[in-house]
Amino acid sequence: MHALLGPAWALFRRELLLAARRPAEWAQPLVFYGIVALLFPLGIEAQNPALKVFAPAIVWVGALLAALLAVERMFRGDLEDGTLEQLLLAQAPAPLLVAAKFGAHWLLTALPLVLAAPLLGLMLGLDPLPVRVLTLGLLLGTPTLMFTGGFAAALTVGAQRAGILLPILVLPLMTPAVIFGGGAVHAASSGLPYAAPLYFLAALLALALTGLPLAAAGALRNAVE
Amino acid sequence: MSDNSTMWIWLHRLASPPGFYRFAQALAPWLYGVAVPLLAVGAYGGLFVAPPDYQQGDAFRIIYVHVPAAALSLGIYTLMAAAGAIALIWRLKLAECAVVAAAPLGASFTALALATGMLWGKPTWGAYWVWDARLTSELVLLFLYLGVIGLNQAYAEARAGARACSWLALVGVVNVPIVHYSVVWWNSLHQGSTILSLDALRHPHISSDMLWPLLLTLSGFFLFFAAVWLRRVQNELLAREGNARWVTKLHERSAGTH
Repeated sequence: MHALLGPAWALFRRELLLAARRPAEWAQPLVFYGIVALLFPLGIEAQNPALKVFAPAIVWVGALLAALLAVERMFRGDLEDGTLEQLLLAQAPAPLLVAAKFGAHWLLTALPLVLAAPLLGLMLGLDPLPVRVLTLGLLLGTPTLMFTGGFAAALTVGAQRAGILLPILVLPLMTPAVIFGGGAVHAASSGLPYAAPLYFLAALLALALTGLPLAAAGALRNAVE
Repeated sequence: MSDNSTMWIWLHRLASPPGFYRFAQALAPWLYGVAVPLLAVGAYGGLFVAPPDYQQGDAFRIIYVHVPAAALSLGIYTLMAAAGAIALIWRLKLAECAVVAAAPLGASFTALALATGMLWGKPTWGAYWVWDARLTSELVLLFLYLGVIGLNQAYAEARAGARACSWLALVGVVNVPIVHYSVVWWNSLHQGSTILSLDALRHPHISSDMLWPLLLTLSGFFLFFAAVWLRRVQNELLAREGNARWVTKLHERSAGTH
């Protein structure tokens, strides 16, 4: 067991250490998130009740776009300095190491977005209960997002002319999460039961956590060979 | 034991690029030859012979294009994902070509299904588009196809690109049952299964004088897709194997006869 967890923990720790050496890089998605979410009220007049209706969509899409900025960098540095090959040559199974990497990136990129979500939700006019549902939805949805983004990063790291392909690959796969996340908040705002969409988000998370590391490891192997 | 090995030899030959090229060269004209009459008779039956619907009048006749296109959009994705799995497990060049060749076909049929659906929706629902489960998931399918096409073009090396597309196709295949069952799992404006479900196969939700042209165009479209797919795979093989001896021999043979 230690043979599996040891390398995974070492990789996890490495990601956090690397991020600690360049803190500004990891604050950028959070700042982008805040700016995007706060631009919307400027486009509509601030007292407009329509803002409350759009708030969950604004917060979710803002989180998606902010996370996508960071995901681009996930494997590129490792490919360039040879760490990626070492990762695939390790005795520990590659999907486990890839999952550890995704988990570290979730902690660094997505968790700040989740923690900022209540503040943004309140600023966009949501009531306390919908704000709680929004945050819980993001807590369940952002790991799915990081794992999907990581999978797309694994696909595009081997591509020489990827361009804007990574967001194009991630966003269609994330539509169910956005639909359920927004649906939960709307249900909570209308006083209806909101548990079902949250359970669906949890189901998507279970699917992502188990399936995507395998696919991502396969794609990385393809990129390196 | 000898039966087993002859079958394996045949399969190995079929899976080799020159073997498959010969097979496709022989089969494709027949597929076209059956598909075109099926489509012609089905189109004639659908446009002129089938009676007008009591509610929709003649507007329903777009079903003879819309349903085959939609069925193909899902079927092609499933075939693409299956070819992708084969390409990844057995590293077959042919399977890789099949994945890459299927993506633009699937995208075209998905776009056709969406466009014909929109044209059908305006007179019957009053709207070109609604964000219900069936339409949204079909649109996501289109984006998945476009992602596969884009990913293949982003790679400089053909084999690595095709394998990356195979991984993407496998992950995206989750969407196919979602599209198919969207009308069952959610309250959808789009009608339920007319013929392509277990219940509907026994008791079709369409009268038989409207059904027969639909079956003809459905089979016609599928055979047409099969013929085009074979041709596209042949092209893909030629593009990748251009310097191989079997290709130059083929070229010499065809140049010699002219």
